[in-house]
Amino acid sequence: MSKTLTGIAASAGIAIAKAFRYEEPDLTVEKKTDVDVKSEIQTFDAALEKSRAELEDIKTKTMESMGEEHAEIFSAHLLVLRDPEFVDAIRQKVQDDAVNASFALDELTTQFVTMFESMDNEYMRERAADIRDVSKRLLSHLLGKPIVSLAELNEEVIIVGEDLTPSDTAQLNKEFVKGFVTNIGGRTSHSAIMARSLEIPAVVGTKTVTSDTAQHATVIIDGISGTVIIDPSPEELKEYEEKHKQYEEQKKEWAKLKNEPSVSKDGTHVELVANIGTPEDLVGVHDNGAEGVGLYRTEFLYMGRDDFPTEEEQYEAYKKVVESLDGKPVVIRTLDIGGDKELSYLDLPEEMNPFLGFRAIRLCLEMTDMFRTQLRALLRASAFGNLKIMFPMIATLQEFREAKALLEEEKQKLISEGVEVSEELEVGIMVEIPSTAVMAPQFAKEVDFFSIGTNDLIQYTMAADRMNERVSYLYQPYSPAILNLVKMVIDASHKEGKWTGMCGEMAGDEVAIPLLFGLGLDEFSMSATSVLPARSQLLQLTKEEAAQVAEQALTLQTAEEVQDLVEKKFL
Amino acid sequence: MAEQTYKITAETGIHARPATQLVNKAGQYESEITLEYKGKSVNLKSIMGVMSLGVGQGAEVTIKAEGPDEKEALSALDEVIKKDLAE
Repeated sequence: MSKTLTGIAASAGIAIAKAFRYEEPDLTVEKKTDVDVKSEIQTFDAALEKSRAELEDIKTKTMESMGEEHAEIFSAHLLVLRDPEFVDAIRQKVQDDAVNASFALDELTTQFVTMFESMDNEYMRERAADIRDVSKRLLSHLLGKPIVSLAELNEEVIIVGEDLTPSDTAQLNKEFVKGFVTNIGGRTSHSAIMARSLEIPAVVGTKTVTSDTAQHATVIIDGISGTVIIDPSPEELKEYEEKHKQYEEQKKEWAKLKNEPSVSKDGTHVELVANIGTPEDLVGVHDNGAEGVGLYRTEFLYMGRDDFPTEEEQYEAYKKVVESLDGKPVVIRTLDIGGDKELSYLDLPEEMNPFLGFRAIRLCLEMTDMFRTQLRALLRASAFGNLKIMFPMIATLQEFREAKALLEEEKQKLISEGVEVSEELEVGIMVEIPSTAVMAPQFAKEVDFFSIGTNDLIQYTMAADRMNERVSYLYQPYSPAILNLVKMVIDASHKEGKWTGMCGEMAGDEVAIPLLFGLGLDEFSMSATSVLPARSQLLQLTKEEAAQVAEQALTLQTAEEVQDLVEKKFL
Repeated sequence: MAEQTYKITAETGIHARPATQLVNKAGQYESEITLEYKGKSVNLKSIMGVMSLGVGQGAEVTIKAEGPDEKEALSALDEVIKKDLAE
């Protein structure tokens, strides 16, 4: 019997594959006494050997797929498994107390973890997590319930899990992961954004997929409608294989527009550009004919590691992106960390309201050493193409001026060191906070451009946490309130001869596109996979008609009315 | 017994990669090898031992080796230390 679930369509496309349940097994340890010491030690040595072999394998795979830097952590894990003070002590304890090996392991782990956690050095405290991690792997083999990491997958699967963290998604190998489906999350949660950037279909927020799906069950996910089918019937399978084929054909149609300009029926040009997270996403940018990068999220450079990336590492990454775009614009956003995005090596106190707290530019203006390093790397990379710098979460002019002053200082330093820096570097801001949208006329005199970050602008305007499913009905991109704010920003920029882009999900949304085009948005930055559908949609629009509809939408009363209007006119 | 004292100049002290390298290298020798810092001595073949010392920049540490290959061990470790950790 098949079972159908409905979730939130997070990344377009259709996938059919076996389910891979991504979850942690129950690793509860029980103490046993009077064990057969010899056989316990044999079991322990076998588990140790399995864990080592497994880690060696993960290390090699990570090295191949993500580079040496990311693989280093596994070298450290391996060393723990070879640590005489650790493994010999476990054997000793089994022998002396005649207890089971898993109990001895658990005791010793706690001892070391406690020791590291009590050290007054943040870095050392972090190592406690590594020890736990290794110990968990060893324990899982001792108990015969092995944990499989996502990096170890070697057959085609659809991942089924509660949620995927940014570091989980960083390990996904597109060759084997055909898609994923989760219990929680929304269109703008990290897992969803990553899925679109990896171009794999995903459905999130199904609430129950983990309890409804058995390991290795066949699963269909439709990332266009948000449908998930578990154990499909032969008819359903056939239907979705057909849909999959149709979608691939539609993609081929879109692909014909790859090298065409982004113009409306009456010849008005706008820029259709892509959002990226890492230089690896460049493939998608080129394959989908984007006219540049409208948002490069630099935080991924800082994630999944033990320490801040150096100036050199950042410079290499930025340079790679800028060069690859060969003169096309690349808007790079400075570090946007905090809120739901954490760095393990940055010891930030927990906050009651992280989205309203110490994050993004607020954090950078306080941690100026870290910020200056990034600015220098950006400035150096600017010599290699059309790089633009964008500051996130700007709430006041004062913040922008401070950030700009730091940038200017680093620029002068570099010039005096004889380093080449672009003369035409544009510096803009994200408009995510209502105060900034309202003050756009004042900002427009000082910034070179605006980029409206709709995910946050909507959440702050509606005062609705976008991670909270109970208030997700308030996430209303088509609300006349949002449209009026967007219009204020666009108009203010044009008055000063500047431009406005948009880099939230809304920019690639088929209902929003005619409205934004009508309001005069200059640049639309979206997931790379949305660029060609958007270009095909734009070809059907005229500026005059879109402007009329947008004008009318501004005066409507509800988001539903706006949606109905657009659907009637254009879809 | 062979021994050698160093002053750690690396900004981050004996951390992460350099610590991993030291321990890996020490593990290749038969001799007993210890790392001493502030009167505490740990087994240099133990990553957790080495990390638990929390050796920071400017620290003075001594490496001692005792066994059949103590000289070779010390000179191999010397190479690792001078590469990343001390002058």
